[in-house]
Amino acid sequence: MTTIPVANVSSRANHTDSWRIQKPEIHYEKCIRCMICWKFCPDNAIRVETGTSHPSPNERIAKFEVPVIEDDYCKGCGICASECPEKCIDMTLESIQVI
Amino acid sequence: MQAVQKYNAIMTGNEAVAFGAKLARVGFISAYPITPQTTIVEKLAEMVANREISAHYVEVESEHSAMAAVFASELVGVRSYTATSSHGLLYMHEMLHWTAGQRLPVVMSVVNRALGPPWNIWTEQTDSMNQKETGWLQVYCESNQEALDSILMGYKIAESPDVLLPLMSMEDAFILSHTSEPVILPDQDQVDSFLPPLNLSFRVDLKNPMGYGSYSTPDGPYMELRKDMMDSLRNSRKVISKVTKEFGETFGRNYSGLIEKFMMEDAEYAIIASGTLASTGKYVVSKLRQEGKKVGLIRVRFFRPFPDLEIAEAVTDLKGVGVIDRSTSYGSAGPTALEVRSALYGKSEIPVAAFIAGLGGRDVKVEDFEKMFQYVEQGKTGNFYINVKEAC
Repeated sequence: MTTIPVANVSSRANHTDSWRIQKPEIHYEKCIRCMICWKFCPDNAIRVETGTSHPSPNERIAKFEVPVIEDDYCKGCGICASECPEKCIDMTLESIQVI
Repeated sequence: MQAVQKYNAIMTGNEAVAFGAKLARVGFISAYPITPQTTIVEKLAEMVANREISAHYVEVESEHSAMAAVFASELVGVRSYTATSSHGLLYMHEMLHWTAGQRLPVVMSVVNRALGPPWNIWTEQTDSMNQKETGWLQVYCESNQEALDSILMGYKIAESPDVLLPLMSMEDAFILSHTSEPVILPDQDQVDSFLPPLNLSFRVDLKNPMGYGSYSTPDGPYMELRKDMMDSLRNSRKVISKVTKEFGETFGRNYSGLIEKFMMEDAEYAIIASGTLASTGKYVVSKLRQEGKKVGLIRVRFFRPFPDLEIAEAVTDLKGVGVIDRSTSYGSAGPTALEVRSALYGKSEIPVAAFIAGLGGRDVKVEDFEKMFQYVEQGKTGNFYINVKEAC
């Protein structure tokens, strides 16, 4: 019998949050829910949520799906912030703990 | 009991392998055209359009993508097929390592064609010899019938739990790919009884996500997985023999496993060749036998796994052997010659002459074979180019 290179856990178990220096922060009160950040994220680290109570620019937009950063997986590349047409994603420095 | 052999079709080598893929009930085909392979995927496109087969047919933007596409489809458990030649095969090279490394039993047809520059579309094996380190099994065919049958045997060998590695099946450009020959086209029922549907134990399952193509440190399991591929290629020898035998019992056509021996029983000198060069070689052997010379021929069917034990056993007691390569390894010798010399090391001290012949589709004629046999009878041991013209 052969040994197959398949890991018994999915890559969900691999947290990559420690790789980042900057972290994206979405200002939902300006976000028009266009999902361009979700589409451009090279690491599938933005998930889509429905029925959550994030702030929104108006009541109509409040009914739409919302992009949410996956804190455990985002590597902080900043592509979402760069692509956002409303400029409502800020890259902020992660707090660095000095030991 | 052996079935009655009855030709029921006349087709080119490329049509024959397209029918091989159809009869194997492939569920996914990726296609990118390159001469002289194109008529294989053209024929399959026609079959899909006419709903003669229910495969998913994807036109991709490159051969690299063609192999990436069959990688993905095979990984979800669908029997997958593609075909290529020459520069297209070289462009796939990276994905060939991925497919073998992920242990996916893809079968691919390769129509052997020379590499540029200068552009040349005729036959030469350097394209597939460049892939011998990828972990794929390699079979070189001699006739259109063998090209068809090798697709059916190929899936059964590749999908064996003791192998689980991809296989490429080679045809010589134009000599087989575009030349019509009588062929026995087997019944679908017969093929179905020989080749059951693919059941890939580690296929992607959305309900049970696992890690594919993930990561290994030097501590492992990378090196262990590589050794396992080596072990599986060694084990594939037994599987090849078993499947070849089963194929003979089902279809009545008997192939000879890793090598074919022609008039070797009492031979004193022999030539080792592969593909259609072996056909001319067999004609010359028969001719020289009539002249009273004790000569024979060994046709290398499988180049990976390399039949080192089989060849060593067949030639140990001869007085001399010659090896023909229709390919080159610049700065060294022909790939088959290197393997044969390595196989004989420490087992036999017979002289081995290495010939490079027929590059870029140059004809290798009866008189060329006669000259090579003369060299072998003279006990020559060097590397020789056959039929090279003065500067032209």
